[in-house]
Amino acid sequence: MIRIALPLAGLVLLALAPLALSDYGLGLLIGMAGYVTLASSWALFSGHTRYISLATVAFYGTGAYTVAVLNEALPYPLVLLAAGGIGAALALLVGLSTLRLAGVYFVIFTFGLAELVRQLITWYEVTITGTLGRYIFLDITPAQIYWQLLALAALTLALTAWMHRRPLGLALRVIGDDEVVAAHAGINLARVKLVAFTLSATIITLAGAIASPRWVYVEPAIVFNPTVSFLTVIMALLGGANRLWGPLLGAVPLFLLFEYLSVHFPDTYPIFLGALFIAVVFVLPEGVLAGLEKLRLRRRPTTREAKA
Amino acid sequence: MTYFTRRASLCAMTAALSVGLGLGMTTALTGPAHAADTVTIGYAVSKSGPSATGAGITTIPNYELWVKEVNAAGGLKMPDGSQRMIEVIEYDDRSSNQDLVRAIERLATQDKVDFILPPWGTGANLAIAPLMDRFGYPQLAVTSVTDMAPDFVKRWKRSFWMLGGGHDYAKGLAEVLAAAKAAGTFNGKVAMISVADGFGIDLVKGARPAFAEAGLELVMDETYPLGTSDFAALMSEAKASGAGAFVAFAYPPGSFGVTKTAQSMGYNPEVFYIGVGGAFPIYPGIADGKAEGVMSIGGVDGNSPAIQAYFEKHTAEIGTPPDSWASSITYASLEMLQQAIERVGLDHAALAEEFSTGTFETVLGTTKLEDNQLRDLWWVGQWQGDHFTAVNPADRAGATAPVIPKPEW
Amino acid sequence: MFLTILILGLVLGGTYALLALGLTLQYGIARIMNLAYGEVTLAAAFVLVALFKAIGLPPLLGTLLIVPAGYGAGWLLYTVMMRPLVARSGASGRLEVDSILATFGLLFLIQGLLLVAFGANFTSISYLDRGVNILGVSVALNRLIAFGVCVVAGGALTLALARTRWGMVMRAVALSPGSAPLVGIDVMRVARQGFALGTALAACAGASIAMVQTFSATDGVVYTMKALIIVIMGGVGNVPGALIAGFALGLVETFVVTTIDPGLTLAATFAIFLCVLLWRPQGLFGRG
Repeated sequence: MIRIALPLAGLVLLALAPLALSDYGLGLLIGMAGYVTLASSWALFSGHTRYISLATVAFYGTGAYTVAVLNEALPYPLVLLAAGGIGAALALLVGLSTLRLAGVYFVIFTFGLAELVRQLITWYEVTITGTLGRYIFLDITPAQIYWQLLALAALTLALTAWMHRRPLGLALRVIGDDEVVAAHAGINLARVKLVAFTLSATIITLAGAIASPRWVYVEPAIVFNPTVSFLTVIMALLGGANRLWGPLLGAVPLFLLFEYLSVHFPDTYPIFLGALFIAVVFVLPEGVLAGLEKLRLRRRPTTREAKA
Repeated sequence: MTYFTRRASLCAMTAALSVGLGLGMTTALTGPAHAADTVTIGYAVSKSGPSATGAGITTIPNYELWVKEVNAAGGLKMPDGSQRMIEVIEYDDRSSNQDLVRAIERLATQDKVDFILPPWGTGANLAIAPLMDRFGYPQLAVTSVTDMAPDFVKRWKRSFWMLGGGHDYAKGLAEVLAAAKAAGTFNGKVAMISVADGFGIDLVKGARPAFAEAGLELVMDETYPLGTSDFAALMSEAKASGAGAFVAFAYPPGSFGVTKTAQSMGYNPEVFYIGVGGAFPIYPGIADGKAEGVMSIGGVDGNSPAIQAYFEKHTAEIGTPPDSWASSITYASLEMLQQAIERVGLDHAALAEEFSTGTFETVLGTTKLEDNQLRDLWWVGQWQGDHFTAVNPADRAGATAPVIPKPEW
Repeated sequence: MFLTILILGLVLGGTYALLALGLTLQYGIARIMNLAYGEVTLAAAFVLVALFKAIGLPPLLGTLLIVPAGYGAGWLLYTVMMRPLVARSGASGRLEVDSILATFGLLFLIQGLLLVAFGANFTSISYLDRGVNILGVSVALNRLIAFGVCVVAGGALTLALARTRWGMVMRAVALSPGSAPLVGIDVMRVARQGFALGTALAACAGASIAMVQTFSATDGVVYTMKALIIVIMGGVGNVPGALIAGFALGLVETFVVTTIDPGLTLAATFAIFLCVLLWRPQGLFGRG
């Protein structure tokens, strides 16, 4: 009971937050909600299967670009729907073509994909439409963006929780442990991976679409910024990508830390950021959650049997 | 999930929340701590990431130079005759517009600075324009080349656009080329390459009709992607095209790349025109001391004492000369701000009105905005001796006649 | 026309191949997916330019100094940073993920240091950039030198790997790090050598970039990507493969620029790369 009530209460509290906060506070919340959504939806597929995808920004940027192209032609809800549809279609295509790839090849394919999409859109815009920068003049307030992102984040978490209890979640976990075993256990590898990848990518596309009105001016170099992909991965892994609350726990503190560093150390910010990253890999290799768990277990060795 | 995992989750949540809140508190809620008798000026510029180079050459040095000068002279003069020192709050936007937007929100609502200086780049200035408008801050957008400026000043009443649009630069170049063709110094054929991003496209879209109108023949018209570092193939195509004018609407890496490639392959068109970077002080070094005659965007009136003095103090304080396109305009925008504050104080509405209607004495001479835009600009410049001298508009005071054909490398 | 494409493409490909050699060693032998590779390259380029500007050290001589320095730096980096990760991961596949994350941090660290030390300006020197006529095609001398360095370094490395005992040990580790200890190979030591050698090659590539191109402190990721594409296409840890893939990439880019549309150069690169990945994930010349 409390497992549902507590998050719900938190959600309500967060939804009311814009009423009390300054614009800057709201800006921070938008950023946080955005990255929580990205990290959680990334983990939806990658967390269990351990396929590290760097294609996050390919979908995120596609979402933003869809809004930039359609925002004057269609009403906003339809634009969002179109973005989701395009994201899902793209994800299906990519998912189908990458079924054979594993390990670092998958990592690099997804990275290359983000670059390819960006280059193709650039080329199309330059040679076919003859414009590159597009403008998004939508009357959407930051609070509305925030609520949408918050809803999307909550939806992602709910979906993850639901999947954890379903055969689909179990199948993903088995795939992550050993694909051969999974295949022998009668799991339809292709279908399971495809479904999870498409779900995850669609959510990421929607997140890009929702956040895009804050950019006003959109061009491929801006929306397909590979840093987004990397940050998403780091955030999810920091928290613990295979746990429900892991990505959130990685995204929120990291986001705030970045903000803090860039405010107080604008010149040496990248150095701090880099050092911090390395420290995380060395000190918290399994993510914050696993680290804490280990700490608890070490402190109370007597209860270890309870787990076993 | 086992009991422990859940406990760990809850525990971690609490820990993370407290850490987050702690950080968030210090980040978000550190209120304005500046003394009452200073003027706080904030800016968010790219100190890292792809835009750091442009910001580091054109924008940041001028902000620092100006603040240093004003404070050394006792501070900004107020309408009541008092003087107030400038206190600066600066952020790094990491070349990301999302971070930039947040930094502007922070400057406006947390730091409550008295004035916000613009970031570097067209996209960045557009991204903050709606916010600046919402918070009521005037925006003196300098490093922003856009043909849509006339629309923007209607949309955002307190925005000011000071670097013209792609069509202006393309038209200026077409005039220079048409005059050279008429004088018989070049064959009227143009080979044009451009970078595939907003800037390159704006210029190319302006250039195609402008060249056609000026009776020039476009024998090569190609676009290359941002990030291209090898120009050997493109340049040999240009060389083979027989064009007397080579035009590259490029960013600094491209501008420098085509220069070096042209030199190494001995490509000597009568007109050699490059994009952003051509006016940078490091350009003659990149051209191996053979920049004479190279044309590019912008230019300064090298004979103006104000410009000479500005170059000297920039070199003395920053260590390098400024670039000869947007640097002096950036500095002039700060002088406008200084004079406007002296006349009307810090009220945003009054400042915007003053920018819009006032006349200012700046390093550019007497400066007045038309329809909230600076139109009195140099469109084409050329390296002549040690200066990147303005050559177009030819009828504007201070213009020098272009040297065509360019001496061989 | 054909000759122009061939010569310009090969020369361009030489720079690419040189860039990729170090990464293929680091990834193939040491199993470190080094995302900070481009930053290391840039650091070498900056040092070379600084030496040239400060004390007038000729870049070619500077290269001779920078390459051993790169080896030392790589050795140190591996010992301090990578070794604990390798030790921790054991035989599991964790090292890949860990090294991606750790070197991603390193990327920012080096980039930040470069920005503080050398600023955000574009840097470039003019050195030996007069044209040389080869079969009627004009090529810059410094590019030819970079091409020569690549051929020499790549050729020597290929020979050493194929013919010497040292090379055999290296290949054994690249092929099967799990079973190499069984035949008495100290995998950690070999991996460290591989990583350090890779860093030395990165420094060498950086030196040739400094002679040829304009660069700035934030360009690193571009070089990493180029190198990565070539490494994957050539087959991980496969030195001749990286050489061939590098040259092929140079030819393809030049071909697309001259005959199709310069706007599609990078898109073509990535498209080919993705096709190779799908068709032969082990690389064109990888062991299937």
